[in-house]
Amino acid sequence: MADRVRIVNACKNFGKVVALKNANLSVKPGEVVLVIGPSGSGKSTMLRCINRLEHLTSGEIWVDEDQVTNHASDMRKIREEVGMVFQSFNLFPHLTALENITLAPRVVKKLSESEARELGLKLLARVGLSDKETVYPEHLSGGQQQRVAIARALAMSPKVMLFDEPTSALDPEMIKEVLDVMVELALEGMTMLVVSHEMGFARAAAHTVVFMDNGEIIERGPPEKVFASPKEERTQRFLKHIL
Amino acid sequence: MAEVDRVQPAGVPQGTPASPRRDARSGRGARIEVSDGALIPGRGEKSTFSAWRISFFGALVLLIGLFVFKPHPYRDIMLFLPDGILKTFEVTVMSIVCALVVGLIAGLGRISRVMIVNRIATIYVEVIRGIPLLVQIFYIYYALGKIIQVPDIFAAVIAMTVCYGAYLGEIFRAGIQSIHKGQMEAAIALGLSRAQALRMIILPQTIRVVLPPLGNEFIALLKDSSLVSILAVSDLLRRGREYASKTFDYFEAFTVVALAYLVMTLFFSRLVAMMEERMNRRGR
Repeated sequence: MADRVRIVNACKNFGKVVALKNANLSVKPGEVVLVIGPSGSGKSTMLRCINRLEHLTSGEIWVDEDQVTNHASDMRKIREEVGMVFQSFNLFPHLTALENITLAPRVVKKLSESEARELGLKLLARVGLSDKETVYPEHLSGGQQQRVAIARALAMSPKVMLFDEPTSALDPEMIKEVLDVMVELALEGMTMLVVSHEMGFARAAAHTVVFMDNGEIIERGPPEKVFASPKEERTQRFLKHIL
Repeated sequence: MAEVDRVQPAGVPQGTPASPRRDARSGRGARIEVSDGALIPGRGEKSTFSAWRISFFGALVLLIGLFVFKPHPYRDIMLFLPDGILKTFEVTVMSIVCALVVGLIAGLGRISRVMIVNRIATIYVEVIRGIPLLVQIFYIYYALGKIIQVPDIFAAVIAMTVCYGAYLGEIFRAGIQSIHKGQMEAAIALGLSRAQALRMIILPQTIRVVLPPLGNEFIALLKDSSLVSILAVSDLLRRGREYASKTFDYFEAFTVVALAYLVMTLFFSRLVAMMEERMNRRGR
């Protein structure tokens, strides 16, 4: 089966800081990849390079048949196909929950008002927020905001979803409601790359765990293997801290 | 991609949802903010608000009192001036509308990633801010006169627009840059173009941020419009001078002119404050 996402020899420097060093990774359709590692290890950078919020210094990234790193490719089309969920939600504060979801389908996919509304309501129901249609983000809890943000990304019917520490800005009691939505999504067969240290999610949904350190991919494998018997010494040390 | 290429220091969370735009101010060290506009009284600020009341109603009472109890020469002056007030408004409103357009373009130019556009906008702002408005008015009037003959009032509006466009441009730039960069990233990640993101996501949020300083500039412009009286535009100040030069009642004429400006600027500063309060109530 062809890879949904393929990262080949990806390098990214910020000035003198090396954020990604020869990263190679391929993700199959429907695969759920959990990316773990110490802060500053390049996890977020790798994710952000996949929809070109950051540009690689060298290397290639492919999403299906489209080369993200080629300047000639239609970036907007790729971004439509790659959904992203941010740590700080980044909902649009001047729009209601429903408007947040329907904006991109209306503007980018040219859906009619009623089609977009129907889609938006369906997605709000899917993340369990049917009653929040007309509510502005500031009146939503962090967990609810993040669920709206997930619905917003899903509205473009992406082939891949990127989650950049989706629960790190949340109070503990709200983490579960977001993870539940993510697990459900994973079980429905969505291809996902998730930067997170949520072990609950790893056990429930991840097919692959990738451990990164200093911009390098150190180890990868099925979660039960990586967590129970990590091969690399750096992985062992890191896991001791978080488990 | 200017705003996403910035280096994120490792380990620093990429901005929390809690009002990032306050961060710059909450640092150590006091920050003194003085603008050349009138103090804008919010209902919350008791002392400014009551000072506003005293000045506003004091000026009104004084005007009415002079009109009633000292009709000569004040009644004559007050009947002579309204044409000038209209003209002042005309110049002010036309200038602010044009300056908003120029300012928005200049502000967008200042954040543009296209080097040449960015340069031009920045040079415009730097040059204009470095020349006194009075000099600009003279200059534009005579420079324009070399090319085409326009009515004096348009020369005045053009000069005010060019000048205030630069100041408003800086306000728009600061307003746009105060919006958390995650907003642009989220919009781009959804497939919007930069222009669409700017128009639908960034600018609507910017309006709320820039409204108070824009109100301030509007009031400052109202006051500065008195400078155009040197261009044979019969605004409030010029009407006062015309009256005085006929009757030699200089003190009386300028008393009324000053009070009239005061009532207008105080009225508008309150209006701006009310608009701001309404926007805040409506939620972000």
